[in-house]
Amino acid sequence: MRNVLVVFRREFAGYFTTPLAYVFLIVFLALAGALTFYIGNFFARGQDDLDPFFTFHPWLYLFLIPAISMRLWAEERKTGTVELLLTLPISVADAVVGKFLAAWAFTAVALVLTFPMWVTANVLGSPDNGVILAGYIGSLFMAGAFLAIGSCMSALTKNQVIAFVVACAACFLFTLSGTNLVLNFVEGWMPQVLVDAVASFSFLTHFNAIKKGVIDLRDVIFLGSLICLFLFANVVLVDLKKSA
Amino acid sequence: MIEVQSLAKHFGPIVAVDDVSFTARPGEVVGFLGPNGAGKSTTMKMIVGFLAPSAGSAKVCGFDVAERPIEVKKRVGYLPEGAPLYADMTPASFLHFIAAARGFSGAELVERVETAVARTEIESVLDRPIETLSKGFKRRVGLAQALLHDPEVLILDEPTDGLDPNQKHEVRALIREMAPRKTIVISTHLLDEVSAVCSRAIVIAGGRLVADSTPAELEARSRLHNAVALTLRGVQAEVARLKLGALAGVASIEDLAADPGAVAFRVLPEAGRPIVAEVSQAALASGWQVEEIKVEQGQLDEVFRSITTSPAAGRG
Repeated sequence: MRNVLVVFRREFAGYFTTPLAYVFLIVFLALAGALTFYIGNFFARGQDDLDPFFTFHPWLYLFLIPAISMRLWAEERKTGTVELLLTLPISVADAVVGKFLAAWAFTAVALVLTFPMWVTANVLGSPDNGVILAGYIGSLFMAGAFLAIGSCMSALTKNQVIAFVVACAACFLFTLSGTNLVLNFVEGWMPQVLVDAVASFSFLTHFNAIKKGVIDLRDVIFLGSLICLFLFANVVLVDLKKSA
Repeated sequence: MIEVQSLAKHFGPIVAVDDVSFTARPGEVVGFLGPNGAGKSTTMKMIVGFLAPSAGSAKVCGFDVAERPIEVKKRVGYLPEGAPLYADMTPASFLHFIAAARGFSGAELVERVETAVARTEIESVLDRPIETLSKGFKRRVGLAQALLHDPEVLILDEPTDGLDPNQKHEVRALIREMAPRKTIVISTHLLDEVSAVCSRAIVIAGGRLVADSTPAELEARSRLHNAVALTLRGVQAEVARLKLGALAGVASIEDLAADPGAVAFRVLPEAGRPIVAEVSQAALASGWQVEEIKVEQGQLDEVFRSITTSPAAGRG
């Protein structure tokens, strides 16, 4: 546990010593705002909830989260610092969880910095703040899921671009697994039970419930276990490279 | 204490390390010598637990690396090949991180970092981003992180690579100073480093261990060991050559370049036996004017070349 914190602290501080953090945060906030107010028609709608804001989160995360996760393991392999990290007396699991938590905390910072939206909604009307809070929590969990997938993809390769693209593709599939885009692949030959299972993986489906303020236990379990699964796969992949 | 038994590593069809076994005890400084690609770094990576061996085992301080890797890592200070570091950290924050990862905190952490900084003399660059440091300083930062926890075992992959002669001297002095209390394995291309620092030299070529002895014993394997280089005046080359060649214990005579009017030879002994007495006596007795006479130590690089490029070694 201690070791997780040591890795976490180093990683988290590392985001802010380079322009990475600032560039990412500015772009994230600018895009979130632009999408909400222009494409989401926040003002024209005339409602004081933050639905247009939250609707775009999956699409924002789709590109911006892999940008964070791509360097988690690929960069360490490329520069050779993975050899330093893995010869310290910390387990691979400690390192994987520490890095993941630092990336998640950074995403949380980005989310927190969107508070002006919340303030705007409160100034212009009287929204149900509980629903908005639930939306933020759900968005954070979804970001965690994207991150876990991205971190796992990063462990596959030394090349950050490959890590980015593969993570985007994987997250895209998960996001849209309830739609025909993905289901058409599996409908023909998988038993209906499995097709339904694939459809239930859809981030969109789960998130649509969450952003309305409904935090269903099933959604939490789904996202939570997805995170755990991909972190586990991450540990396995990093371990495998040792025996390569 | 390091015990390596029949360690092997295959990367697909490539055999990087092939049945390497040796033991290193506290007080020893073992030098890994070998051509590039011979398997030195791969062997070190397996001892330290970064790579899993394809066969064989490595034990550090009694703990098997495959079974108790964390215990091994606690007791080993490792400087990886190329001294990789986190480029955007400063040496100060980097060493803090490593010290924290090694279980130190508070005042003890600060003290440990200060000691390591003092020993590797990196005070002047403590607050500069690592990516802006010269190669020599980067390597010293790498060395500092290996020393932080004062480990029983040090495994240093090319610790003086990129250092200027003064810095090399200091790092070697540091290694010698730590040697009595630790088991140290260093890998190097520099043969003079082996003589300067190592109590034992292990030569690896083509993934195999081809020699394991003290530097002095290795030098003695050279055909030049105990050869006598001789410059004479007042005698014909032919005459001298015949006379010297006839001496007991002389294997052959080589001609060396000499000033006009003088002749120079290298007299090679059989089996590296000292022959300087016979040679000098012969010269005196024949009334030759001896301008220069020198007994040669074996040339390590010549031994190195002969054992690493022989058919037995070659795959590499």
